[in-house]
Amino acid sequence: MELEGRLRELAAAWRCRHLLDLESLEANELTTLLEAADLFAEHFRRRRGKLSLLAGRTVANLFFENSTRTRNSFSLAAKRLGADTIEFSSAGSSVAKGETFIDTAKTIEAMGVDAVVTRHSTPGTSHLLARHLQCSVLNAGDGPHEHPTQGLLDILTIRQQRGRIEGLTVALVGDIAHSRTARSNIWGLKKLGAHVIVCGPRTLVSPQWAELGVEVAYNLDEILPRCDVLNLLRIQFERQATRPFPSVREYALLYAMNADRIARSKPDILIMAPGPINRGVEITPDVADGPHSVILQQVSNGIAVRMAALWLLLHSTRADDWVT
Amino acid sequence: MQHERWLIEHGRLVSPADGLDRPGRLLLVDGRIAAIDPADGDLPPDVARVDASGCYVIPGLVDIGAELGEPGREEDETIETGTAAALAGGYTSLACAASTDPPIDTPAGVEFVRQKAARADGCRVYVIGCVSKGRQGDELAEIGGLVEAGAVALSDAPKPLHNTALLRRALEYCAMFDRPVLDMPEVPSLTRGGVMHEGLTQLVLALAPMPAEAEDLATSRDLRLLETTGGRLHLTSISTSGGVELVRRAKARHSPVTVGVHIANLCFCDQQMRTFDSSLKVNPPLRSPEHIEACLEAVADGTIDVIASGHQPRSLEKKMQELDAVPFGMTTLDTALAQAHTYLVRTGKLDFARLVQCMATGPARVLDLPAGRLAPQVPGDVVIFDPQARWTVTPQTMGSRSRNTPLLNQELVGRVRDVWVGGRRKKPLDDRTSPSGN
Repeated sequence: MELEGRLRELAAAWRCRHLLDLESLEANELTTLLEAADLFAEHFRRRRGKLSLLAGRTVANLFFENSTRTRNSFSLAAKRLGADTIEFSSAGSSVAKGETFIDTAKTIEAMGVDAVVTRHSTPGTSHLLARHLQCSVLNAGDGPHEHPTQGLLDILTIRQQRGRIEGLTVALVGDIAHSRTARSNIWGLKKLGAHVIVCGPRTLVSPQWAELGVEVAYNLDEILPRCDVLNLLRIQFERQATRPFPSVREYALLYAMNADRIARSKPDILIMAPGPINRGVEITPDVADGPHSVILQQVSNGIAVRMAALWLLLHSTRADDWVT
Repeated sequence: MQHERWLIEHGRLVSPADGLDRPGRLLLVDGRIAAIDPADGDLPPDVARVDASGCYVIPGLVDIGAELGEPGREEDETIETGTAAALAGGYTSLACAASTDPPIDTPAGVEFVRQKAARADGCRVYVIGCVSKGRQGDELAEIGGLVEAGAVALSDAPKPLHNTALLRRALEYCAMFDRPVLDMPEVPSLTRGGVMHEGLTQLVLALAPMPAEAEDLATSRDLRLLETTGGRLHLTSISTSGGVELVRRAKARHSPVTVGVHIANLCFCDQQMRTFDSSLKVNPPLRSPEHIEACLEAVADGTIDVIASGHQPRSLEKKMQELDAVPFGMTTLDTALAQAHTYLVRTGKLDFARLVQCMATGPARVLDLPAGRLAPQVPGDVVIFDPQARWTVTPQTMGSRSRNTPLLNQELVGRVRDVWVGGRRKKPLDDRTSPSGN
């Protein structure tokens, strides 16, 4: 069938065993992922059925940190490709009994899985697992470090809306310090030629980002007229040791996207949010549900991106093909 | 059979404190260095000759603050394994840290370590006592009793003395006994939960930050207190350009401060954390290249007195956790000298004589030990180091019980060949199964 033929073409040049971060991917690899994701997105938009491309493969969800959306999105992606899934979360597992996360992962792997999708509150955890496991590892978020499939689905959404990434100005607004979404977006967008702005309170946005070729801004209203896309990041209250700003009210005053700010933006501005969204903090309900918002498209793209990642990593049985 | 008389010949004697950096021979008799370049007529009849061709002959290294695990952390190290690691690395004297469980804050604790060390019969072991009771940082430990029992210095390191009032009292009180207080400069509230040096690499990896100013502020405080109290202060581990500058200025004003730097902080930089290798999680954290540069300069110009091992062995199960949970520490006694030779001397960043000064003479001076010299009548603690030997670090080459080193399976250039402690030749590590000594 045509879909499978095109997917095999894309997969033929794929050489990565794991998907750990976007920082280490080349632009052409990002493009391959996006194109495969587009094929899957299109397939389901036409209401075509479940596929059997990964029939007989097993994907384990190994989540050491709470997640509902990403976890379900990965599960559904695996199932739509015909793979079996195992669910594992740290609550009530042997991690509570003192087992190290590496031992837990090895135990799951010994059940015969082909890929482990992992989330953990500590940066680098998926990188460490990749070193200790034989199977493929997909990072579904390692603390504030990276969340590659989130970065990809954001980029895919922009690309679908605008037909390109190059030359666009994308602002990431909010808690950059604690955001894995921000980091994955920054690497992915820059490699594909976008101009990236990080914007938020000084306590959450280090001026050092400028050394990586990212524009740093503290005043949203100043940059707003130049932006093609705003990605509104959630304030990660749970990761902050000392409160980085005086009050939610003050944060909303300075950085929340509301109707008034929409009126001062480009007429075709895209409003994105990785969710879960705090309505009234980073975004007002009328904007979240308004015509500029592509938040729900991001969610459906999440499944397509994760299908693309699983397909590219698992399509081959020949381990010699892998470079890393 | 144990020879008591040794002639080490054909090597290059290096001991800057004694004006030595030249070919020569050295005679060991009855536990002491009997002569440098003795005439053939002066040699005892039954002397054993050791050929040190192509090698350096240096004073045995001296370390301040290595952790030896006992009591209470035997899963990481024991006094027997720690001193075996020391001998493999060319150390003949260690002053071990009080960071045991329970901490060494009583004369009985000091006595325990001394007896264990005597039984292990490896290198010499000196004991550092706690500054504070229970190493809690609240009130003074019974320092007089600790000194009486043999403690050579007082320190809560590798925990900083965060309580400024206590540090002040400790400096005043220890001055009575002419013993140095050893502090690890750090403001804990700025580094709490931290994993790595704050900077660009940390920003990208999003690991919890340990800013350089946490060390600078504490260094500044410590130096200022010392001006008032007098006494002796040794900073165990500085690692920042700011800290180096503060010490340089203090020394220009003739402050009695001495300072050390950990070998890891001279050889590895924060960018290596990109591997997320837990053996690189150390405190002070691996800094950025500018800081390393400043520290190397400070070693060369004498601002830094001591290159310490910073030996903190950690068992595999502790280092296999996620980076947030992994304890700080790197096991280094086995490899510090060879590592310094490979990374610093061979690359032209430091000359070998200065290295010997910072790893042997400097630490011996801080602790007033009769070591770190090659001169007639000093104890016969001598090392032969082969600068050409290439070897790979493996679990079999390591005396330490722990393996938490990024050098595992790496090649180093330069290796300790022979070690004498008190004029007695110590078995090389490969022969550890055969009984040593007597």
